[in-house]
Amino acid sequence: MLYPLTEEQLMIKEVARRIAEEKIIPKRAELDEKEEFPWDILKEIARADLFGIFIPEEYGGLGFGSFENSLAVEQIAWGCAGVATAFAASGLGAYPILLFGNEEQKRTYLPPIAKGEKLAAFGLTEPNAGSDAGGIQTTAIKNGDYYIINGTKQWITNAGEAEIYVIIALTDKKKGPRGASAFILEKGDLGFSFGKKEKKMGIRASTTGDLIFEDCRIPKERLLGKEGMGFIIALKTLDYARPGVGALAVGLAQAALDEAVKFARQRKQFGQPIISFQAVGHMLAEMATQIEAARALTYTICKYIDTNPKDFTKYAAMAKLFASDVAMKVTTDAVQVLGGYGYMRDYPVEKMMRDAKILQIYEGTNQIQRNIIAQILNKEYGKQK
Amino acid sequence: MELLLDKGKCTGCGDCVDVCPFGAIVLKDKFPVVNEECRLCGLCVKACKEGAISLPEKIKKKPTIKAKDVWIYAETKDGELATVVYELMGKGRELADKLGEKLIAILIGDKISHLAQTLISYGADIVYVAEHPSLSIFNEKRYGTVLIEILKNHCPNIFLAGATSRGRSLIPQIAASLETGLTADCTDLDVDIKKRLLLQTRPAFGGNIMATIACPEHRPQMATVRPHILPRPKPISNHKGKIINFPINEEKIPDIPEIISFVKTEVKGPNLTEADIIIGVGRGIKGPENLKLIEELATLLNAQIGASRAVVDAGWLPPRCQIGQTGLIVSPKLYIACGISGAIQHLVGIQSAKTIIAINKDPEAPIFNIANYGIIGDLFEVIPALIKEIKKARGID
Amino acid sequence: MKYIVCIKQVPEIEGVKINPETGTLIREGVKSIINPYDLYALEAALQMKERYGGNIILLSMGPPQAEEALREAISYGADEAILLSDRAFAGADTLATSYTLAQAIKKIGHYDIIFCGKQAIDGDTAQVGPELAQRLNLPYVTYVRKIELKENSLIVERDLDDGYQIIQITLPALLTIVKEIGEPRVPSIRGKMRAKKLQIPIWTAKDIEAKEEKIGISGSPTRVLKIFSPPLRERKEIISGSLEEQVKTLWEKIDNILK
Repeated sequence: MLYPLTEEQLMIKEVARRIAEEKIIPKRAELDEKEEFPWDILKEIARADLFGIFIPEEYGGLGFGSFENSLAVEQIAWGCAGVATAFAASGLGAYPILLFGNEEQKRTYLPPIAKGEKLAAFGLTEPNAGSDAGGIQTTAIKNGDYYIINGTKQWITNAGEAEIYVIIALTDKKKGPRGASAFILEKGDLGFSFGKKEKKMGIRASTTGDLIFEDCRIPKERLLGKEGMGFIIALKTLDYARPGVGALAVGLAQAALDEAVKFARQRKQFGQPIISFQAVGHMLAEMATQIEAARALTYTICKYIDTNPKDFTKYAAMAKLFASDVAMKVTTDAVQVLGGYGYMRDYPVEKMMRDAKILQIYEGTNQIQRNIIAQILNKEYGKQK
Repeated sequence: MELLLDKGKCTGCGDCVDVCPFGAIVLKDKFPVVNEECRLCGLCVKACKEGAISLPEKIKKKPTIKAKDVWIYAETKDGELATVVYELMGKGRELADKLGEKLIAILIGDKISHLAQTLISYGADIVYVAEHPSLSIFNEKRYGTVLIEILKNHCPNIFLAGATSRGRSLIPQIAASLETGLTADCTDLDVDIKKRLLLQTRPAFGGNIMATIACPEHRPQMATVRPHILPRPKPISNHKGKIINFPINEEKIPDIPEIISFVKTEVKGPNLTEADIIIGVGRGIKGPENLKLIEELATLLNAQIGASRAVVDAGWLPPRCQIGQTGLIVSPKLYIACGISGAIQHLVGIQSAKTIIAINKDPEAPIFNIANYGIIGDLFEVIPALIKEIKKARGID
Repeated sequence: MKYIVCIKQVPEIEGVKINPETGTLIREGVKSIINPYDLYALEAALQMKERYGGNIILLSMGPPQAEEALREAISYGADEAILLSDRAFAGADTLATSYTLAQAIKKIGHYDIIFCGKQAIDGDTAQVGPELAQRLNLPYVTYVRKIELKENSLIVERDLDDGYQIIQITLPALLTIVKEIGEPRVPSIRGKMRAKKLQIPIWTAKDIEAKEEKIGISGSPTRVLKIFSPPLRERKEIISGSLEEQVKTLWEKIDNILK
């Protein structure tokens, strides 16, 4: 094994792997075809204690870190990227509460998330604010002991399925992005409803939809941190979540490679298995090498995050950027290796290619990731003498 | 209790190591060492030319001679004798004749006394009839109590029952109560007349191995036999026998803690374990929409349809069709495997089929190792062609 | 509620073959696993624990390495485990096994439900469950696929080959479980961590006050006289020719059999 793992890390990897093999793979084609939310599988994942990997023990979790979490995400994604997205997005919704919640909020919301009893979600994107996240228009106006929220969040993963939502809204329009704040919402809050479930190219087992706020009234205790901290919270959350996308991409790419090599070994043309042809062999070699590079980068960055550095934004962006680009290339090449069979829905690789695309888009497009990295490089080198 | 090894006589030749079926003997410094796998079967004793190995004294006890007669539990279903009972009567009569003993059958239920005459016509010398309304529905505790009561004053030499789901559930209770040996699911029965020993043969390790088992010292020697394995005999003309009514003491009927509140025996569909011809469907069928092809063939051959685990897991056919280690064990005259690769767990279910035909497009499929006849081809081509051939041969459109 | 689940460590059957030259069992390299049916029995107990609370004790009779099977079963969510291991238990048939398990269960004392798998894949007898119930004088139901608790009784659905029965049974009771109870879950991380650290006591014949003549080989009325490879099927003919020729030959063969 290229990466020595501790006993606990091995346990996490093995349990996630078994879930992928026994529970996810037999169902993934059907979930993709029917666009069905994988409640049964998530229940198994919850039972196996995987939702609580990175949540501290005092809140019902296992108290491990980003690295352990990505080990789980990687194996689940190896089973199905859609299921992995539903799983990882719950983590995305939990992080703001974990990092910025007060004691009461943490005690209320983290335990059910850790046990997988309730799913979480994170809402930043809006119809007019995608890459330009600063352009959000959803407002949260203070009214006595309440906030009244109005607006729409677009394309939110786990919309309608989750019970706990963290959204970013403007508390002070005049201050622009500095006037944004983070709030915890619960399914069932008055004035909080959901838009239709979107029909997607891939990760179809995952539910994506709008969050609609029409004079939604929530108690002021639902404010996370202080007013004005909204974007700090959002960006920090994304920093923690992006390497998770990297791990997801690595798992997905690995699954595609596994199918491609298996196929190339047994498919005979011109009297030989096609893996013996350099055209195919070289493609597989590239794919395998890129996956190892993506894995190495993602693992290293996750381990770095677990040392609690002050700033790891650049690295988080790198992990997401690199691994997602690798996943897109590897899954596309996998379809190519399988040729005609790769294009057919009876074989799993075309789904993997469709699934991979979103990894280059969500949680900040890869263009934004490059922006972030460039800006930080500029700053870093500016500091040097 | 362990083997007795005589160091003085041992030459370290290792014959005992080679002959041991369980790998229970290893040579250490040229002397055999016996481990926990030893079952005292005695093969090494026979193999040792020096007489250096012997069985412990206790094992050499002679079996009880008071035990007499071959008894059969005549299971009933829906007011009829279960088909396996006929098969058991045939074998039972054969064993009783060889041993010079009687063949006795036990009927338990309600409104089943008319079946006693049938049993007599198939060779029963005596039939015990235990009839009571409380026995109208199969219940292990009640039936078991009655069986044990009947057997209390008799010690059968041999006791046989069908290895049906009811039989396999009921009979172990009796064996435990009588503290005797029971061999389940036998595929063959014979008798060593000299030793008056029932030789019980059955598959083990999923059918990879066959074992012959005996119960040398305890009586009755009990065995359950799978349906459809032994031949069905013809009735014996003019056979006479006695019918003994076993009175049921209402007070002694277990006041069971288990009250059958509701018995619903739904007709679930054809019973594969009794089918003569079965077509097995595997992953190669690709989807439930293609089953009509198999159904057409099944209708032409008057066959039942079974499935591999993969097909049942995919939901294309219901679990009651699953043939294999965690499904049904079938013993048809003919089994046609379509698009089944032949994983060992499936093969376990079909080892008792008399003839196996396999159709699969993968020439390496393990099913071809056990099929009597095979066609390497795409079932979507072979089956329609076969259907056409059958229709042609029969002169139907 | 206190549940006891009996499990057995068995060889993975694919691996077990006879050496064609010597006629002996080839045991090397054969993996040991938890008897698959026992996983369903454990799943049944875990479902009961989830719904009604309680504590699950695992019980296994086997050689010292059977402890691995018990640890693995703990990782699925069982609470305690006991290994019955003693040279004197070796070579036991179902009668001796059921006696040994019964002695151990008597020592455990109080329990509500005993779960057994339908059968073990090496012996395939399906006898230990009912024999154990007889020895403990417990009501029992075999082939159970659904369980509901109702006050101090269970309402169970059990499979028979021609339908199913719904039976009410008072506690304590013994159930043998079939796979329709539900697919076994995957072990949990907490379960695996517990399994690593858990102390598993080993009980010997003396600990369970077992009578020497009732355990192991002495307590086994049945004896294996011989083992052999199953008779090979005659012929293994791959039918050749064009498609028309193949089906014609095939039909001839089938027709012959049907006559």
